Amino acid sequence: MATGDRRYARVEFSKGLWRENPVFVAVLGLCPSMAVTNTLTNALVMGGATAFVLIGSSLLVSLLRRVVPRPVRISIYIIVIATYVTVVDFLLAAYMPVAHKQLGAFISLIVVNCLILGRQEAFASRQPVGLALADAAGMGGGFALALCMIGAIREILGMGSLLGVPLLGDNFEPWAIMVLPPGGVLTLAGLLVLFAWVRQRN
Amino acid sequence: MITAKPATAHTSTLRLAGSLAVAGLLSGLILVWAYLATAPRIEQNHREALAAAVTRVLPGTVRIEPTLTSTDDGQVVFAGRDAAGNLVGYAIPADGPGYMDRVSLLFGYDPARQRIIGMEVLDSRETPGLGDRIATDPHFRANFTELAVDPRIVPVKRGDKTAAHEVDCITGATISSEAVVAILNRGLQRWRAEIDATISTGGSP
Repeated sequence: MATGDRRYARVEFSKGLWRENPVFVAVLGLCPSMAVTNTLTNALVMGGATAFVLIGSSLLVSLLRRVVPRPVRISIYIIVIATYVTVVDFLLAAYMPVAHKQLGAFISLIVVNCLILGRQEAFASRQPVGLALADAAGMGGGFALALCMIGAIREILGMGSLLGVPLLGDNFEPWAIMVLPPGGVLTLAGLLVLFAWVRQRN
Repeated sequence: MITAKPATAHTSTLRLAGSLAVAGLLSGLILVWAYLATAPRIEQNHREALAAAVTRVLPGTVRIEPTLTSTDDGQVVFAGRDAAGNLVGYAIPADGPGYMDRVSLLFGYDPARQRIIGMEVLDSRETPGLGDRIATDPHFRANFTELAVDPRIVPVKRGDKTAAHEVDCITGATISSEAVVAILNRGLQRWRAEIDATISTGGSP
């Protein structure tokens, strides 16, 4: 890779983490951001699984970008994504059974995460492998980071613990609403305000 | 930077169908491989989880043996034995409607004393923080360490438990608590006669 390419790669990687963060800026992939972020552990596993699928799919879609006929490209992307997701589903069931049980159907639903298909259509299918990987790693990392932020806030307030370790002592009355669906919406709203405010100040 | 091929007006149908077929075929092969590679491990996880649950609902169990199998849905009742080989009790699976979705339980039943001696929630989608406490609330779980089953198990408001066959419900999770009791009653009704028959004939247990 030439120096210029390397700089591009760095830009494509970092944009997903902050400037174009999929959850807080592009507001994509909200279903898992709400549904499985009631604890930090769930958010970590979900974020990791999604990032893995995104990186793997972007690699393959970028490699195949000259071979795939345009009219059926979306179907092919979905086949690629669904294959990765099913493999992740098997792997989690085999090696992380507790997390797999917690996340349940939301693992399979990674297939329809618009973030993943969106990156294939908007980026990986038009760019060389190196840049596609940088973009996928940045977007996947940014997504996982966003989920972990939501998950950490909800677990601390809703259960008084972090990663299952009690944090706030026995006198803390957990805010049950934070681990319920409305807590996800409240947390996301708070973080969206925070991100918008910080961006406006800059 | 855009290197994608421009859309051609006529990509032959055969080529389109061919690409999809190849993609589907490769995907299928990968999935078969992934399934075969993980299936034994997944199966083992299920067995371990079930064995762990049986040991928890039948305290003191070191050996587990499948004893009765339902002919309609394949559910299995396990007998648990302690280190000396004595019968601790039977682990009975049961499920039924909860507040959100079906709740499936495993409970330990000691036929000699006609008591429930343990209960585990195997699977539930009860409300986090409220209904899901049927699996975790220590006060609620304590109901099931020494629960009489005759004439039948009755749910009461928290703190009102006076008789051995009553269950203190969880405040704020009455429906889930009552669902657990209903599931236990149904599970007992379904299996008790068969279990008693197994014992009186001096069969395998």
